[in-house]
Amino acid sequence: MPIVTKCKECGADIEVPDDALPGEIVSCPDCGIEYEVVKIENGKVDLKLAENVGEDWGE
Amino acid sequence: MTIKVSVIGASGYVGGELLRILLTHRDVEIVNATSRQHAGEYVHKVHPNLKGMTNLKFSGEDAVAAAAKADVAFLALPHKASVQVVPKLMETGVRIIDMSADYRLKDPGKYVEWYGYAHPYPDLLKKFVYGLPELHREELRGAKYVSAPGCMAASAIIGLAPLMKAFEATGPIVVDAKIGSSGAGGKPSPSTHFSERFGVIRPYKPAGHRHAAEIEQELSIVSGRDIKVAMSAHAVNIVRGILTTSHVFLTEAPTQQQLWKAYRDMYGSEPFVRFMMDRTGLYRYPDPKVVIGSNFADVGFAVESRLKRVIALSAIDNLIKGAAGSAVQSMNLMFGLDEREGLNVPAIHPV
Repeated sequence: MPIVTKCKECGADIEVPDDALPGEIVSCPDCGIEYEVVKIENGKVDLKLAENVGEDWGE
Repeated sequence: MTIKVSVIGASGYVGGELLRILLTHRDVEIVNATSRQHAGEYVHKVHPNLKGMTNLKFSGEDAVAAAAKADVAFLALPHKASVQVVPKLMETGVRIIDMSADYRLKDPGKYVEWYGYAHPYPDLLKKFVYGLPELHREELRGAKYVSAPGCMAASAIIGLAPLMKAFEATGPIVVDAKIGSSGAGGKPSPSTHFSERFGVIRPYKPAGHRHAAEIEQELSIVSGRDIKVAMSAHAVNIVRGILTTSHVFLTEAPTQQQLWKAYRDMYGSEPFVRFMMDRTGLYRYPDPKVVIGSNFADVGFAVESRLKRVIALSAIDNLIKGAAGSAVQSMNLMFGLDEREGLNVPAIHPV
């Protein structure tokens, strides 16, 4: 069963697989922001902003 | 329940889109599609995309005779043609969805100001519900008379409504609209001749576009304030689609989270509004290219804190969410149907 958590940016529900490993990247279905899984414990997931956000297309 | 539908003035692009959507609608029977010019011809002679879907022929009946056979009549007539037909149809008891601008504005004085004529039936204006389900869903349920929104107005209003509801602008809202060639209708003119139209980014109405009147009307209702809109319209090198880029100046720059809340509060459960705000995808903001063929309105926003400016972006298919799609969605609400019926298809990609 995926664990559902709220996106800190836009408030959408993000589903994180319950077998996700620390370091895995998950992204928000609404705003596309990417998070890195810090840990999963007792059905709760800790996420932090992934570092690739802010990529520039050079346009 | 089968609803009998008449499409009056079915040979134009909006008429064609109404027929295309209604042909796959499971609760609808098209009893007639009228066109004086094409009476007796197969519908697919004018709308070739409908070949194989129907052997319906255009009827040459007048609007009253055609509508008398139906539960609801869509009027896809040129502006100022509907204005005279509507009172006659009202006498027959048929429900009406008017695609023209003739019954969109609530204030009769606005017809003089924006359309240059005194509305001959000012008392009838208040009988019509503005056919944008995102703003008028409850009024549309069971409504008898609906006026479908203007295409660029629909895009601008959907993009701006959450912002105007949640924040107070410091001055007029600037709406920059870009539209494809189908917005000019099915009748050719020298300016739509391929050699002249292809490749343009034509500012065809930098000031005073008529859709500003309904944008002001609807944003004033949703915000509870008197909103003024400075609109510029451009014809661009696509057949379908509208992008509106709207600029709102505030007294304080909102955070992304506040903006998300405003948009989610209003559109969180809307079946046809999508948040198009992707940090990493190919399409990071609304783009008409990925709504073509669908009833979706894609919305997004950006903030320029330095200037306390919020940019509200919205993309629609002008003939669907901007016309026939919103009209059928409104019809579904009028008749207590699932409002997605007939419209629950994804956009075509790539196109």
